[in-house]
Amino acid sequence: MEIEQPDVDDIVQVEDPWVTIVWNDPVNLMSYVAYVFRNYFGYTDEKAHELMMAVHTDGKAVVSSGSREQMERHVQAMHEYGLWATLERADA
Amino acid sequence: MKAFKRRRRGGTVAEFESAEAHLLASLTSQVVELLRDRHGSGEADPDPLAAQLGLGGPSQPPEDPVLQRLLPDAYRAGSARDAESDAADFRRLTERSLTAIKVQNAETLLAGLIEGGLQPGPPEADDPPVEVELDGPEVQAWLKALTDVRLALAVRLGIESEEDARLIAHSDDEATVAMAEIYDWLGYVQESLVHSLG
Repeated sequence: MEIEQPDVDDIVQVEDPWVTIVWNDPVNLMSYVAYVFRNYFGYTDEKAHELMMAVHTDGKAVVSSGSREQMERHVQAMHEYGLWATLERADA
Repeated sequence: MKAFKRRRRGGTVAEFESAEAHLLASLTSQVVELLRDRHGSGEADPDPLAAQLGLGGPSQPPEDPVLQRLLPDAYRAGSARDAESDAADFRRLTERSLTAIKVQNAETLLAGLIEGGLQPGPPEADDPPVEVELDGPEVQAWLKALTDVRLALAVRLGIESEEDARLIAHSDDEATVAMAEIYDWLGYVQESLVHSLG
């Protein structure tokens, strides 16, 4: 299976109307969640770890922002990995 | 089980006792059956055009709580006015392909065990160990399939919080304790595979 490489430019755009949120769950291992953030989104070890800890301690974290179509692709990919993810408007 | 490790000349390897390999195959097959019950056995190869056109995919979440967790809503109810209809539309367009991918991942795991020497029929005491050897794409499929098996077991065990996961091991019910041990072991297998990737 091919892993989609996210477009980094889309992640840092100022106006990103939609966000992908990953929610905490008691099943997925912290190491696995961090791995998914590194491997799928291409984040550095540090950023992936930070996001994983945010999911773990805050219950959720915004892991990406961009167009609705991109966020739908990311949510679908997270569901393939077994992470619990949703998308919503950034201003929701 | 001998933990996963990455070999210098390529490939990720692990060794399972025959009984462990049988157990893993059985749990994985159960997830495949559950996914196929929702979509029929032909769904491993869905028609992408039909999926694009939204033909035939269900719009309502599954009733089975395990399937609900494996095939969750993409829009959270209550997060926006249209969240529920957006979730239904998204599910109609994507649930079949998500299901097919999960079935494929599970089948890759099963194929890896069979290639590693898993014998059909019940495990025998003198069966040789199952030596699994995975390439890059197979590692990805295993990571995801192991996750799906763990998610399924966790739902059946009623694990909804980190506290539940701890309490379950001290249950008075022997069957629950046995299942909790399997769940922990699967966590070890998964951790070992993630760890081997560095």
